[in-house]
Amino acid sequence: MKAIYLDNNATTRVADEVIEEMLPYYGTLYGNPSSMHTFGGQIHRKIETAREQAAFLLNAEPEEIIFTSCGTESDNTAIMNALQTNPQKRHIITTRVEHPAVINFCKAMSKNGYSVTFLSVDKLGRLNLEEMKTAITDNTAIVSIMYANNETGVIFPMEEIAKIIKSKGVLLHTDAVQTAGKISIDVKALPVDMLSISGHKMHAPKGVGVLYIRKGTRFSPYIIGGHQEKGRRAGTENVASIIGLGKACELAKKQLHDEHTRIKALRDRLEQGLLKSCPDTRVNGDTEHRLPNTTNMSFEYVEGEAILLRLNEDNICASSGSACTSGSLEPSHVLRAMGIPFTAIHGSVRFSLGMYNTDEDIDIVLDKMPKIIKELRELSPYGRVEQKS
Amino acid sequence: MLQRNMWEYTEKVRELFLHPKNIGEIENPDAVGEIGNIVCGDALKLTLKIDRDTDRITDAKFQTFGCASAIASSSALTELIKGKTIDEAVKITNKDIAKYLGGLPREKMHCSVMGREALEAAIANYRGVKPPEPEEGEIVCKCFGVTDEKIRRVIIENNLKSADDVTNFTKAGGGCGECIPEIERILKEVWAEKAVEEAIKPRKKLTNIQKIAMIQEIMEKEIRPLLQAHGGDVELIDVDGNKVIVALRAMCTECLMADITIKDIEKKLKELVSEELLVEAE
Repeated sequence: MKAIYLDNNATTRVADEVIEEMLPYYGTLYGNPSSMHTFGGQIHRKIETAREQAAFLLNAEPEEIIFTSCGTESDNTAIMNALQTNPQKRHIITTRVEHPAVINFCKAMSKNGYSVTFLSVDKLGRLNLEEMKTAITDNTAIVSIMYANNETGVIFPMEEIAKIIKSKGVLLHTDAVQTAGKISIDVKALPVDMLSISGHKMHAPKGVGVLYIRKGTRFSPYIIGGHQEKGRRAGTENVASIIGLGKACELAKKQLHDEHTRIKALRDRLEQGLLKSCPDTRVNGDTEHRLPNTTNMSFEYVEGEAILLRLNEDNICASSGSACTSGSLEPSHVLRAMGIPFTAIHGSVRFSLGMYNTDEDIDIVLDKMPKIIKELRELSPYGRVEQKS
Repeated sequence: MLQRNMWEYTEKVRELFLHPKNIGEIENPDAVGEIGNIVCGDALKLTLKIDRDTDRITDAKFQTFGCASAIASSSALTELIKGKTIDEAVKITNKDIAKYLGGLPREKMHCSVMGREALEAAIANYRGVKPPEPEEGEIVCKCFGVTDEKIRRVIIENNLKSADDVTNFTKAGGGCGECIPEIERILKEVWAEKAVEEAIKPRKKLTNIQKIAMIQEIMEKEIRPLLQAHGGDVELIDVDGNKVIVALRAMCTECLMADITIKDIEKKLKELVSEELLVEAE
């Protein structure tokens, strides 16, 4: 039975065109791009093509693109770079809703003598730009703020943020892992200094990422060794994956507009349908400024893991901010930062769509979900009371 | 930590989650047990029908808000107690619930503890005694409202040795984590008390080797860490019959309280090993 995959913010299926592009580099074309001979040299040229494709997606220059091993490495490298190149500055600004790749890195730095400001968000998951402005001091080495949130899909006003940060002359990094390929990014119009992308969130394989670094920004490498990536990221290139990522960037750029419209329509139909068929259900986050593919919904009186496992029986894949699915007992830090009531966090489910989702997928979820919620509420000591009333 | 998924549950958990038995609420129940709350992420309401002449549980139903293992644990509990007398039911532990399910992932053991607690509350309710208040004792974990009494009991019943396991079984420490040092302190205390109990039992039969081994262990685990915390230290030099010879080290050597320290060590060893021990400085 085919999986109905609505967990594209976790990872995506590698596009067929991407796999096709990659395969020769696992086979006959196994050369090392650093070699002097033509056999390796042709691989180098292919990597440069991938660099151009990635640059094209962001409207950047190819030399502003560094290939990394993942989004986390890009995030870590960006922040570490700012700290290394501004050794006199000991303050970092980020938000309470970042991905662990940023939040936990900043927490680790706070143990190394850095002070970190974690900006709060309101109940719709929006930043207070005044708070951000006043947090900046002469001691601030970097501001790292995600472009869009992985759990809620809420998009931060990056242009306004960049304008404020740059007017203060502070470095700005944005984690655009969830944004790239979903909405248009133009670094010529958006004055961020560094920006992270991950391959597997946009139909390229796992284990490859991009760090965009604006020309003229000082750079201190995070991984030190050979001269790959012009000495900015050592280690023999993950050739096939980089080539795959290049292809995925090209596809994303080509499809961006049409897919945006199509996926948004599917998402909205799913969301509206569930709000109608499941009483006591809410959408978490700012629906005005949101990725087209994501919805985070709370089903009151039921617990997220139970919902996911029931969905799993119907081969429907989603995720939850519930404590029971986090691996720890703590529910989602993003939903808590938004002040969503605990009862709603426990029953939160994230559906995130991708280019392989169809109308039929949505029909099936709309068909199955009301029954699941109803039955779990009948099990619950709270749901019964509420449903009766 | 691992993201949990369906494949980490046993077939029995899966079955009782997808097709739970004994769902609902008995009308005019003879006993009600409620435990947990919606904020904590799991809650269970147990209702029982009991034959008053024989004290036998003739029916049991549950309602649970929680994850798959909470639902399966509740259902398992009702299956376990149906047909049992109150005296039989009272002996059921969280381990029996977990066993019925073919085991639970360790970090889900608190679901089985919730089942046991609901049963206790229901039995207390039936017997007309005040149920064991969950508030009994001091709250240690503020996130999940877990008391020191509950932590102690679960540590002993399940032979827990680490703070991680206390979290797995009670949820305490699984929120902000602020109370983990306190949980570790309780663990130490419980096992130190246990060590005393153990020490009292075989006291008369202690061989010289056992006695020396115990003295060494208590010096290492109980006494040295205390002194080290204040910059001091102590070394065990020899054991001659009932005479324990030690040497104070580090800050202790210059301390005016050295005599008192020696007395304290003696007191601890008398308490834990043998009344006859005398401690002397080298």
